[in-house]
Amino acid sequence: MYKYNDFDEGFVRSRVAQFRGQVERRIDGSLTEDEFKPLRLMNGLYLQLHAYMLRVAVPYGTLNSGQMRQLAYIADKWDKGYGHFTTRQNIQYNWPKLADVPDMLSALADVEMHAIQTSGNTIRNVTADHFAGAAADEIEDPRAIAELLRQWSTDHPEFQFLPRKFKIAVTGATEDRAVTKAHDIGLRMVRNDAGEPGFEVIVGGGLGRTPMVGKVLREFLPKADLLPYCEAIVSVYNLLGRRDNKYKARIKITVHENGLEKIQALVEERFASIRETFSGHDQALLKDIEAAFAPPAYVEKSTDGYEAARLANPAFRSWTDTNLSAHKADGYAIVSISIKKHGATPGDATSDQMRVMADLAEKYGHNELRISHEQNVILPHVHKSDLAAVYAALREADLATANIGLVSDIIACPGMDYCALATARSIPIAQEIATRFDELKIEHDIGQLKIKISGCINACGHHHVGHIGILGLDRAGVENYQITLGGDGTQTTSIGERAGPGFSADEIVPAIERLVTGYLDLRTNADETFLQTYRRLGMAPFKAILYPAEDKANAA
Amino acid sequence: MSRAFTPKVVTANALLEGDAVWLTEDNRWSRDIREAELITDEAHGDLRLLEAQARADEIAGAYLADAKAGENGPEPTHFRETFRTRGPSNYAHGKQVELSDV
Repeated sequence: MYKYNDFDEGFVRSRVAQFRGQVERRIDGSLTEDEFKPLRLMNGLYLQLHAYMLRVAVPYGTLNSGQMRQLAYIADKWDKGYGHFTTRQNIQYNWPKLADVPDMLSALADVEMHAIQTSGNTIRNVTADHFAGAAADEIEDPRAIAELLRQWSTDHPEFQFLPRKFKIAVTGATEDRAVTKAHDIGLRMVRNDAGEPGFEVIVGGGLGRTPMVGKVLREFLPKADLLPYCEAIVSVYNLLGRRDNKYKARIKITVHENGLEKIQALVEERFASIRETFSGHDQALLKDIEAAFAPPAYVEKSTDGYEAARLANPAFRSWTDTNLSAHKADGYAIVSISIKKHGATPGDATSDQMRVMADLAEKYGHNELRISHEQNVILPHVHKSDLAAVYAALREADLATANIGLVSDIIACPGMDYCALATARSIPIAQEIATRFDELKIEHDIGQLKIKISGCINACGHHHVGHIGILGLDRAGVENYQITLGGDGTQTTSIGERAGPGFSADEIVPAIERLVTGYLDLRTNADETFLQTYRRLGMAPFKAILYPAEDKANAA
Repeated sequence: MSRAFTPKVVTANALLEGDAVWLTEDNRWSRDIREAELITDEAHGDLRLLEAQARADEIAGAYLADAKAGENGPEPTHFRETFRTRGPSNYAHGKQVELSDV
């Protein structure tokens, strides 16, 4: 993993000291809230419904055991003993006191972490495939590129006041686990005809009020050109992006209104003019960073014990069937730890659970952890012979739910339980859906199904790319939930289609149950997923299931 | 004819904790909406909001929220404001745990 150098350390420490002074001046009245707000947002501090919220960056979702333990320590010392992992691979603390935040940031700096640019109209935490460096289908570990992008974008003087926030995602694998087509810039590593690695550059994707699938700006960009090319894209957006209307300020609108060809021409022109100024320094830096992401020292051991444990323990077998993914090294597996126990808040981990995961990473996982955009935690490198021990420890800590990719592995934004922007609650809906399907005991029969819930149109819960998306709205002072179907956040990205009128808070869980059990009757066989069935049949049969009375009326 | 004024309370977040607070008639910031001043006159509401906004070393983000008279004092009329009076629904945190003055 990348280790801070003296410059990184000094930079982060100076930002903590600077913010400490700003907080002191806000508390003593020298700064008004209007003056203070942009300063606190630059350091990831929001003021939400019931308290402040501190959003901490987990760059490209990667952290080590020491860092995870420090997150647990912060949760215990300055919050309420838990943290919330988000779709941007960040962690949020929901209850900090204003005066404590500088100390929290200082504690983060102690383990090479920070909250810089986790808010504001700037380049946000760069995200990456949560299986990076471990996935069997990977061309190259994308984290070195993500770290290079982090260093380039952090405090970049040209990009601190963009028209709106700006999000970049990187993947080095064939399967897109980073939702690259729903980002301002999506980078997908590919090889050209000569076998050289480079990037397909996707631009103008995004969810929110106007969901759009990103467009390919460059089919192949050599790796060496990535930084000046990204700088060219953000420069063009900075000049062209609309500042008259915040709802039309994202680069997806800039691309849509100007056309891809014009954006392409401007980016190429800017790229040509700045490319030389990078003078190869970025490539020298990248080489150093790449060395920091060298694969761990894998060991060769027998997996006989693993197979025996699978045969002996059906619960363990079920967990391995659901929560493991193929690793590039023989004898190893990628473990996805579900932070979605049925009925619990999606993405919330207690400080004790964080410490358990840190211990497991240290003992069995080459000291590495990842946060996934699906709000789970990953142990990327575990030898199969250690899986039974890992499972036993996870079970002890209430972390062994075997539901990765299933109906209860729901992405849910904090919604109106915490977020000042939300128009309805998300968390209770997710909790009720997960509990209901656990009661029905059909989760594993249903198979792969992604439900994603947002509590407002900003779509932090990625509902547009959920196979079933749920959007919470305020309809005349009452919580109302709109369903979209057919969304997909992978390499076959699609935006879900609205099914029809929304449902009340009391009606939404039965509606989802009707929809999912109805799918079981519609699928051709147990291998046809919900998304495949939807793509084969279209909206009509699902609409009939969701709105049976309306269907009867139409028939009459 | 001008639209009838909907009764309001002045609400904000406490500066140090961020907790939801309401302005009382005797100019305190209370964590209990039932102690809030229920404002029934638009001009008075505007004035009280300005006075609240001037107290920047105590609170942040003051605004007028719709409310109605209840048996024990003002009550919220919108579910968002109801959540602010009690805290999140997934944990017994926030106001559900304790109620006291700023």
